[in-house]
Amino acid sequence: MTIVNTETIPGKTVVAVKGLVQGNTVRAKNIGRDIAAGFKNMVGGELKGYTELLTESRREAMTRMIAQAEALGANAVVNVRFSTSAITSGASEMMAYGTAVVAE
Amino acid sequence: MDGENASLAVTLALYVGLPAVVLFVGWLVGHLSETKHERSLAAREEALKDIETTDLRNPPGFAGAEGPCSLVSGEAVVASDTFKTWVFGLKNIVGGESKTFTRLFDRARREALLRMKERARELGCDAVCNVRFDSADIGGNATSGAKKKNSNMAVALVSGTAWRRPAA
Repeated sequence: MTIVNTETIPGKTVVAVKGLVQGNTVRAKNIGRDIAAGFKNMVGGELKGYTELLTESRREAMTRMIAQAEALGANAVVNVRFSTSAITSGASEMMAYGTAVVAE
Repeated sequence: MDGENASLAVTLALYVGLPAVVLFVGWLVGHLSETKHERSLAAREEALKDIETTDLRNPPGFAGAEGPCSLVSGEAVVASDTFKTWVFGLKNIVGGESKTFTRLFDRARREALLRMKERARELGCDAVCNVRFDSADIGGNATSGAKKKNSNMAVALVSGTAWRRPAA
């Protein structure tokens, strides 16, 4: 499965469009990480727990998007976009969407 | 008289001393880690400068390129410290640019961009095109109610398509 955020794939041509596919997830870190982040807010520095949260969310949303694309018989997803929304403190919704295509 | 002085000293220590210590520790640790982070950013940016990065959707040479091609992304969340938050509180009264927060967001974005480029290099690519920046509200600043916490952090999300430029 080729995943790109461009409309074309170099060296390949899109022969069929299978439609819009998307995947989303709302994730949170355990309360320990939230408390640690609160302390980190005193001295500054990277909030590794929240970076991880975003990486995991991105992976999860993409996995769900790819599953949809596979179900449609696509072998690539082009023009992938990510979107996030605010739900509550310490959590984030990540959504990945793109166009499932057959590329040769 | 002595008892009065003592209670005054305790009150002063609690209301002025404690916040001052917290601010100072925040400034010291925050400043040291910020300087260290920026040095690390500069060094890694230098090491990855030959990865051609653009937000063009179709950069020259992309259409006919062969080899690996994949979505890559990077993310970073950097916390503010008590000092930066306090300075911004003051700035918020008079208005104008908050240089401390501008610098904080710059750090988060450069870090995320570097992580994306590192992933591109791991895939054997030497270019990233169609770069997009995004953000997320983990601190819950856009939500209202009891769950809202006064946490300040810079969130940076970057994504792009890693590809290999054809040999010249």
